[in-house]
Amino acid sequence: MSKTLRPKVLIVGGGPGGYVAAIRAGQLGLETVLVEAEKPGGTCLIKGCIPSKAIIHAAGLFEEMTRASGEAGHLGISLETAPKVDLAGTMRWKDGVVDKLTGGVAALLRRAHVTVLHGWATFADAKSCTVETADGAVKIEPEHVVLATGSVPVELPFLPFGGTILSSTEALSLTDLPKTLAVVGAGYIGLELGIAFAKLGVRVALVEAAERILPLYDEALTRPVADWLHRHDVEMHLQAKALGLSARGLDIETALNDRFTIPAEKILVTVGRRPRTEGWGLENMAIEMEGAFIKVDERCATSTTNVWAIGDVTGEPMLAHRASAQGEMVAEIIAGRRRRFDPAAIPAICFTEPEIVSVGIDKPGEDHVVGQFPFMANGRALSMDAGDAGTFVRTIAEKNSGRIVGIQGVGRHISELAGEFVTLVEMGATLEDVAGIIHAHPTLGEAVHESALKALGHAIHI
Amino acid sequence: MGRYLFRLPDIGEGVTEAEIVAWHVKAGDRIREDDNLADVMTDKATVEMTSPVDGTVTAVHGDVGAMLAVGAVLVELEVEGEGNAAENAAPSAKAETAPLPDKGGAGGEASPFPVEAGPPAAAPTPGPSLEREGNKKAAPKVDIPIGRKDAFAAPATRRRAHELGIPLQFVPGTGPGGRILPSDLDNFIAAGGLSRAPGGLAPRTGGEDIKIVGLRRRIAEKMQEAKRRIPHISYVEEVDVTQLEALRAEMNARPVEGQPRLTLLPFLIRAMVRALPDFPQINARFDDDAGVLHTSEGVHVGIATQTPAGLMVPVVRHAEAMSLSELAREIARLSEAARDGTAKREELSGSTITMTSLGPLGGIATTPVINHPEVAIIGPNKIVEKPVVQGQFVSVRKVMNISSSFDHRIVDGYDAALFIQALKRLIEHPALIFMGDGA
Repeated sequence: MSKTLRPKVLIVGGGPGGYVAAIRAGQLGLETVLVEAEKPGGTCLIKGCIPSKAIIHAAGLFEEMTRASGEAGHLGISLETAPKVDLAGTMRWKDGVVDKLTGGVAALLRRAHVTVLHGWATFADAKSCTVETADGAVKIEPEHVVLATGSVPVELPFLPFGGTILSSTEALSLTDLPKTLAVVGAGYIGLELGIAFAKLGVRVALVEAAERILPLYDEALTRPVADWLHRHDVEMHLQAKALGLSARGLDIETALNDRFTIPAEKILVTVGRRPRTEGWGLENMAIEMEGAFIKVDERCATSTTNVWAIGDVTGEPMLAHRASAQGEMVAEIIAGRRRRFDPAAIPAICFTEPEIVSVGIDKPGEDHVVGQFPFMANGRALSMDAGDAGTFVRTIAEKNSGRIVGIQGVGRHISELAGEFVTLVEMGATLEDVAGIIHAHPTLGEAVHESALKALGHAIHI
Repeated sequence: MGRYLFRLPDIGEGVTEAEIVAWHVKAGDRIREDDNLADVMTDKATVEMTSPVDGTVTAVHGDVGAMLAVGAVLVELEVEGEGNAAENAAPSAKAETAPLPDKGGAGGEASPFPVEAGPPAAAPTPGPSLEREGNKKAAPKVDIPIGRKDAFAAPATRRRAHELGIPLQFVPGTGPGGRILPSDLDNFIAAGGLSRAPGGLAPRTGGEDIKIVGLRRRIAEKMQEAKRRIPHISYVEEVDVTQLEALRAEMNARPVEGQPRLTLLPFLIRAMVRALPDFPQINARFDDDAGVLHTSEGVHVGIATQTPAGLMVPVVRHAEAMSLSELAREIARLSEAARDGTAKREELSGSTITMTSLGPLGGIATTPVINHPEVAIIGPNKIVEKPVVQGQFVSVRKVMNISSSFDHRIVDGYDAALFIQALKRLIEHPALIFMGDGA
């Protein structure tokens, strides 16, 4: 027997876009059904943001201990023996973190009176779908549909996932450390994972088609990361192409047309993500596309009335916080509010070593003034062993108004500065505003203050 | 003397051209800063182009109805200046490439608009929208708010503007760097804001939170109590007051010694006093908690009185024992005391029935709220002259409605109607009011 649900809102996908939309819709009193095949939380919670941050944290601790176990010790601390890592144990800890969060999301959904269907939705047309659940098929004919199907890792045809070829998902659930790892694609995902494995003692080689790592970021921001890779003997093959798997590892071709094999026990392919637009009946919905993505307007409305799309399936930047903001907005629009998606900036972070944060304009034009402040001159950074050469905060403002239009930084632990960066840009703060805000000492945030002072021509500590 | 070229600024959100809909200046006009030069209309709104400087108009470009590209010269001005500025104003790259109509490479001062926000290549003059030529005075600090493609305001302000349908690029920003503050949005709306948009009516978005305290709170509680406890039944009847009004006019025309000017109210109270003995359950207080109705032989009439602080109900005690003059004086005294706040506590309580009249504002009918714990309230409406059919004739009569409400738990509709009909009879034949009074 199949039953039919007719909720006000059907949300397909329980990732950071879908589950936030569902909770907000529930808060607003809309009868809401969320369909998710796995646990709620999506890529972000289960195989992306959160697990990778857990692994990165563990890898960082391991690396510090390894340094302390060297002959010279580290910060005066020395360990008699080198630390050992039981990757399966690390994964169990990571899974505990993930379970805590997915459990929390499930509880929040319950509290918002959202009906969660565990199953796979297949649309027959834009307004009706069937969900195969453990208890049988459920037909859903909602008033509004929110598509939040997310994205999946891009596969290379000559390096299909499986066996020794990993996507980020498998890399985040390895239980044995490989001795050697080749990473194809030096974007933020490849670098975050590559660096974490390098810290865990794996010999890592990076293969990138562009002429530098993190090609989408300003080069000054990526230089300290490249330095770290050099210092830690991570092989970098830039302007190189992966060709395929060979018995000993990964065959590549360099810019000079040299072909050789990188020894690799495992190969991690991180060449990007693509929208998940297949397998759930999108083709039956007659929705207008924009390239590979679902086309949406500033309200996240698709070409079909009352069908909305949010998050990765709608395009770049494919970031959890963008999806969440869109989800919240769409729920409010469905509830009758007048909203549009018009952020002044969407922050982006690379949890590399050191970390990179970028908000707003990162390429100053001739009408901009720039102030840059190095962490070498920041007391807190030095006291945390985080004052590496080349790390800095940079503020970009309009010359005539002083309005801050972009802030970037590179440095250890600076991901937590993303909040201040984006707040300043969103609030329309001017350089004088930042100059007038007392920043606590000793903190990394003082570098933001000083960079604004620098742009005004009167930095104190440089 | 220097020359200004006022160019059509980027009005934002992809607008590349605008139609001139009205000229407010012509060549030769002396104008002052902020004077309206012209109105231009885009597909989004009509916008006033105001002058950033004092000066004399030397030329205007384009007739009403003409489409003008963003960046094109709208008005040429001659302004007070102190010589030539070209030597110390470093021409920007953009200014050099801008095909200026008179002479190239003039001193392009910093544009008040971000250069990236300039018009697309189709626009003829992708230069700064406002330049000062031949004038070395420092560029005036002009912050024409329009022309920003991106809203320069905090997220909450942007959201509110969007909800109100206000395109923020039309809102002048007074914050640092021209930031649009919440108060700027308020001021924009207060100033009529969007009324300049074609066909647009400006929404009013003000409002304040007023703490309900003091007398207003007492009134609120009392009204709530009355409406919550008492199932009201209202009844309205039309009464011919021609005779009563004639009597009143006569008495006021020839007042006896010491008699104050008589309003209708003392007469109505006398009529009520006369009718009430037949309806003891109407002149009463109902203690509904105890389930006891306290009827009263004495008629203590509450007089609903508008005071500066709000509604008060001073009480005329033993109205049955007062003559018209005494009633008139007592009502005047109590109203005065209520209005100036000197009414005593006992003068504001103890009524057994209430009279509420708005006089000339009385309307044609009201549904008065009973003064709990009483069970009846009488509300005469205004007197109007009406054609009334009497037999075969239509004559002009003075007619007044009497509205009334009763506590339906105590007073049946039938009895309520009988009481009002009794009042009607007394009022229409005022002699009956005074018969048998022993007066």
